[in-house]
Amino acid sequence: MITNKKPRSSDTDSNYMRDDRTEMSEDDDRSPPSDSIANGSCPTRTCTPGSGSGSGSSSIPEYSAPYPDRVLENVLENVLWFLTSRKDRNAASLVCRSWYRVEAMTRSDLFIGNCYAVSPERATSRFTRVRSVTLKGKPRFADFNLMPPNWGAHFAPWVSATAKAYPWLEKIHLKRMSVTDDDLALLAESFSGFKELVLVCCDGFGTSGLAAVASKCRQLKVLDLIESEVSDDEVDWIMCFPDTETCLESLIFDCVECLVDFDVLERLVVRSPSLKKLRLNRFVSIGQLYRLMVRAPQLTHLGTGSFSPSEDVAQGELELDYVSAFAACKSLVCLSGFREIVPDCLPAIYPVCANLTSLNFSYANISAEQLKPIISNCHKLQTFWVLDSICDEGLQAVATTCKELRELRVFPFDPREDIEGPVSEVGLQAISEGCRKLQSILYFCQRMTNAAVIAMSKNCPDLVIFRLCIMGRQRPDHVTGEPMDEGFGAIVMNCKKLTRLAVSGLLTDTAFAYIGKYGKIVRTLSVAFAGDSDMGLKYVLEGCPRLQKLEIRDSPFGDTALLSGLHHYYNMRFLWMSACRLSHQGCQQIAQALPHLVVEVIKHEDTVHMDDYADTLYMYRSLAGRRHDVPQFVSIL
Amino acid sequence: MHGQVASKVLQLLPTVPLFEQRLLENMGGGAAYENDLNFKATELRLGLPGTGCTNEEQAVSGAKNNKRPLLETREECGSKEKSDPQHDDQETDPAPKARIVGWPPIRSYRKNSLQPKKAEAEAAAGMYVKVSMDGAPYLRKIDLKVYKGYPELLKALENMFKLTIGEYSEREGYKGSEYAPTYEDKDGDWMLVGDVPWDMFLTSCKKLRIMKGSEARGLGCGV
Repeated sequence: MITNKKPRSSDTDSNYMRDDRTEMSEDDDRSPPSDSIANGSCPTRTCTPGSGSGSGSSSIPEYSAPYPDRVLENVLENVLWFLTSRKDRNAASLVCRSWYRVEAMTRSDLFIGNCYAVSPERATSRFTRVRSVTLKGKPRFADFNLMPPNWGAHFAPWVSATAKAYPWLEKIHLKRMSVTDDDLALLAESFSGFKELVLVCCDGFGTSGLAAVASKCRQLKVLDLIESEVSDDEVDWIMCFPDTETCLESLIFDCVECLVDFDVLERLVVRSPSLKKLRLNRFVSIGQLYRLMVRAPQLTHLGTGSFSPSEDVAQGELELDYVSAFAACKSLVCLSGFREIVPDCLPAIYPVCANLTSLNFSYANISAEQLKPIISNCHKLQTFWVLDSICDEGLQAVATTCKELRELRVFPFDPREDIEGPVSEVGLQAISEGCRKLQSILYFCQRMTNAAVIAMSKNCPDLVIFRLCIMGRQRPDHVTGEPMDEGFGAIVMNCKKLTRLAVSGLLTDTAFAYIGKYGKIVRTLSVAFAGDSDMGLKYVLEGCPRLQKLEIRDSPFGDTALLSGLHHYYNMRFLWMSACRLSHQGCQQIAQALPHLVVEVIKHEDTVHMDDYADTLYMYRSLAGRRHDVPQFVSIL
Repeated sequence: MHGQVASKVLQLLPTVPLFEQRLLENMGGGAAYENDLNFKATELRLGLPGTGCTNEEQAVSGAKNNKRPLLETREECGSKEKSDPQHDDQETDPAPKARIVGWPPIRSYRKNSLQPKKAEAEAAAGMYVKVSMDGAPYLRKIDLKVYKGYPELLKALENMFKLTIGEYSEREGYKGSEYAPTYEDKDGDWMLVGDVPWDMFLTSCKKLRIMKGSEARGLGCGV
């Protein structure tokens, strides 16, 4: 008889359940199976009295009928392997103890959204057959120097725990973690079948760490370094790849600010027949790019490097037949790079425009006139990143052609606050009218109007991500002089699929009232220099049940507002509040009320020593309790 | 000759002991200062701070009625609008806002990639000082090099802290406001912003503090 144990329901349980992307559905009532070491035949464990499971109500039915349970567990195991979504797996693990165990054994992709939410030991002892680990470390505002260096998010304890627990590990994906060369060396040593390393916004390592990975990971398919800081140890890491044919499918190193020996690189490309994605750094000239393209016409994703001639051989390089080289890349769908673009070279990419689904011009200082001939051919474009140097006129050209556009990012060439600015509400309006399938937008500008934002809210109903950054702090609608409340209000009201929102400009508490009222599925919210009073934050904390990540800076929200979110903080991945009006006492109250929340108060050297105010509050739910690697400028309440 | 001018001026200026002492040191046997500060910077003039050949926008003047230009400048800056013949070399927008850490939210990798030379130049040439305001919990840092003179700096401070500082007068400091901008100079003395020529201020200012209330009045005003 198949036993049906009720899930232990507690507040913590349901809180973790509600979250779509909860990394793990750990709850405190249940202790992880202590003897569930990876083993081929799991069913035997359920029959062992005193096996791992914690305190319990009746365990008798389980032990009196081993055979049906064994069948159940076998079936379950085979079925659960197919379950890939984290949300589904978290739900499955809560059905009963049996399902919990089997789910833990069959989970192969471990996702930890906050590396401090759980200890490496706990994670590796619960999940025993993991093949891929994803870890996220610092909160996003750390990217903008709002977090002092050496705050934490060290990869070291994770690499040593996984090295012991998962020798068969194939993939590691890190975001905003501190990774050292030693960590990379240990990784390279420990995982013989290692296939994929992806480092996004990481730092702390250099080319010597890369060399270790390149030389020891013989099965390596993917080495992607994205917006990471890599120090130049003067080691030629490209040379360290094996001399034989490699398995490389993706090599992305556009952020690596170190010279590479081009001949070595070219030979690597030649002996990597599976290579599909190649993103070069800015030290590769256009002439060198040509040589690589000729060797690898099978590429689907290309980062072009500097896209300008090198200083010494300029003349020869300009005469190469780039158009043919591009034409030969029949599978090219994603183009990026153009780090030091010489606009005259742009026409070379004409042959691939019609097939492009993704184009990144965000490092290319080109004008509307230079853009138009390119973009007018990009009918299939779905992702477009660009600099505001193309002006509103360039955006109008995009709107005219790119009817399939899903994601647009417009970055500022000159990110100051007090200048005229080349893009405005005109460009936004045009995009909203032309690109009706838009799902994600990031738009930097100097001036904006509510009307344009409202128009976008109506024209682009599929919007999931809306991030508008009016760079002048607290700028109102520049036509009406009113706050930007109505614009953002319309976005949350009309865009029913919206899960991520970043606001800017002059905003009163009304804007937040709108967000609280209509933003029912908002998961991520970024606020800067906005709001009038505690009410603003209260509206959001009380109104947005799906809120996971809230990052606020320089806004007048204080303790009262902070306390109004007590009912929700266990549902969130984190809350960040810097330069607001929080006091130490207020933060202390939260810490006392919620024992499983780690409440960090981070002090900045710049601050006048006023005991009362908390410079930066960063708090997150955690099963691991206070971390052991706290630097001296952080106090955990 | 300078000694004579100095004593005459001293009679006109508010009697702030520290300030007097500084002047005497500068003008008298202050051999040490002659090495640090260039002659032009320490030259006593009756013009307003920030005026003189070092400042392109404003005319050199020896007359006291230069108070007018300062007023006009401030008002024009405040109106935010059209170009002003006196300030053609300046942007038509209001005085540049002090740079705030991490704003706009662009990753430094991207910033440095787009304008690597500019980034380097800025890092090299920036003259960052801390600014505190009585009653506010946070310090800000501003780059003095961004400003061409006192009016711009004061406007930026007003914007940053959302207050009015008022007009400077040599005799009475910042009348009409309960705030007074002060700075700590190389010697550790607290001076009123505006008392010395702009260039001298640039080289000697170590940090800024916006004082409030009577303390402010004590520093700036007369007896």
